[in-house]
Amino acid sequence: MLHFVRSLSLLLLTAGLLLAGAMHPQASPPSQQSAQTLVPPAAVPQQSSPPRQEPSGLNVVVLDPAHGGTDTGARGAGGIRESNLVLALTGQVRAALEKQGFTVLQTRKGDDGPSLDDRASLANAQRNAIFISLHVGSTGLPGTVRVYTLPAPQGTPPLAGALLPWERAQAAFLVMSRKLADLAQVQLSMRFKGSPANASAAAVRQLNSVALPAIAIELSNVSVQDPALLERMMPGVADGVAEAVGSFKQVYDAELAHGAPAIQPAQGSVR
Amino acid sequence: MSRRWRNRLLGLLVVAVVAGAIYIPVLRERIRRAARLQSQSIEQARRELSQPLGAAPGEPKVKTILFWASPEEDWELTSVTVELPLSRDPLVRSKQILNILLAGPVDAELRTLPPDAALLEFYLLPNGTAVAGLSESLATSLPSGIMSEKLAVDSILRTLEANVPEVQQLKILINGQESETLAGHLDLTGTFAVRASAAVAAPAAPPAVSAPPASAAPAPQKLTAEPPAVKLSAPAKKP
Ligand SMILES: [Zn+2]
Repeated sequence: MLHFVRSLSLLLLTAGLLLAGAMHPQASPPSQQSAQTLVPPAAVPQQSSPPRQEPSGLNVVVLDPAHGGTDTGARGAGGIRESNLVLALTGQVRAALEKQGFTVLQTRKGDDGPSLDDRASLANAQRNAIFISLHVGSTGLPGTVRVYTLPAPQGTPPLAGALLPWERAQAAFLVMSRKLADLAQVQLSMRFKGSPANASAAAVRQLNSVALPAIAIELSNVSVQDPALLERMMPGVADGVAEAVGSFKQVYDAELAHGAPAIQPAQGSVR
Repeated sequence: MSRRWRNRLLGLLVVAVVAGAIYIPVLRERIRRAARLQSQSIEQARRELSQPLGAAPGEPKVKTILFWASPEEDWELTSVTVELPLSRDPLVRSKQILNILLAGPVDAELRTLPPDAALLEFYLLPNGTAVAGLSESLATSLPSGIMSEKLAVDSILRTLEANVPEVQQLKILINGQESETLAGHLDLTGTFAVRASAAVAAPAAPPAVSAPPASAAPAPQKLTAEPPAVKLSAPAKKP
């Protein structure tokens, strides 16, 4: 009797598998659904509620609204504060990136001022992520935007297995940071006339300890008479950044497929 | 108490009052003079450091290249050539150059450094690493921002590069101490390459020969010929 039951269930299972295999999963008519229940759920993508899958490749963007708390950053004559402006800008960049399917994290959400190292720690805990620090400066042609990476480090590269000091964590990611910066600068100079065509290099302290592709974006500037000028720039910056990150994802994912020499710190770990 | 003793005590009191009346104004004058001397020495030091042209009056005039901001040229640095009597000694020359740069152009738009910033100390190590100690107003009066801070540091690096070939790297101290950033953005924890500064200002890990600690007196044997004549004391730490 036991043998008969086992044989019957095996027969039913085999029949179900064959039936499911013959059908295109997306085009399964409702009459076949009972047969599909025999198939392991992961093998059958369902249209109504797809199974939760970790997105492959670049999928996290850490946005850093710079300054905050007692550090107001740049201050304009009309009481404009960089720390407030970048928070508003971050909200818009975040929305544009989420529309593209990216998961977005922020180093701060209110007027608090986490340390530069705390911000880097949040970023460095992510995998397949990039870091973008947002600023509004005190100088430069009003209405323009500049994108920065760290300059090339001095001295010899670290030996394999060497511990990278925390403040030099970015060095291993500079090639990818530059690619991201160039893509962002192209997008932003198309939207903001007078912006440079190429990304710039500056020893931005915040980028130093980030072990991800990392850039800083600075809008010009807080000394404008009308703060609305800066607010009007925000949707364009958000679109430009989202477009650039979308393009960068292709570069990043290709790099990942080739063993990710430029994404992972191959020459040591970050201490 | 006998009448004799009371008279003696009264006499002593009178003497004490008279002596005090004579001595207290003298003491007050001494305190005032000491305070004046102290402020004079600080002022004198500032004047000495900020009068570079008087430092080498006998020297022939040489072409001096200064780097200022240029709003017309996309906010890049622009070079200005002037003829000045500069010292041949790299240490003295570096100080002269930096003071001229700090004195800055008349046009505020061309300035990369705030007008109230001052050079407090400058050392040059035999390996070409220079240490420039600038006053706190460099950090507090400089408009905060990546671009403005980069222009400030690059103008110093490129001006040194153009005029003092002996300077290879530069460490910038604020008020005699290492500062994490200049005005919230640019990293001052490393040492900037001076020779390669035309392309980028790259802070590196601290050099093998580290900068002399701000609080301690510099070791004279490590410095080039002429240690700075006056070193202003560093006030208590920055907030
Ligand atoms: Zn900022």
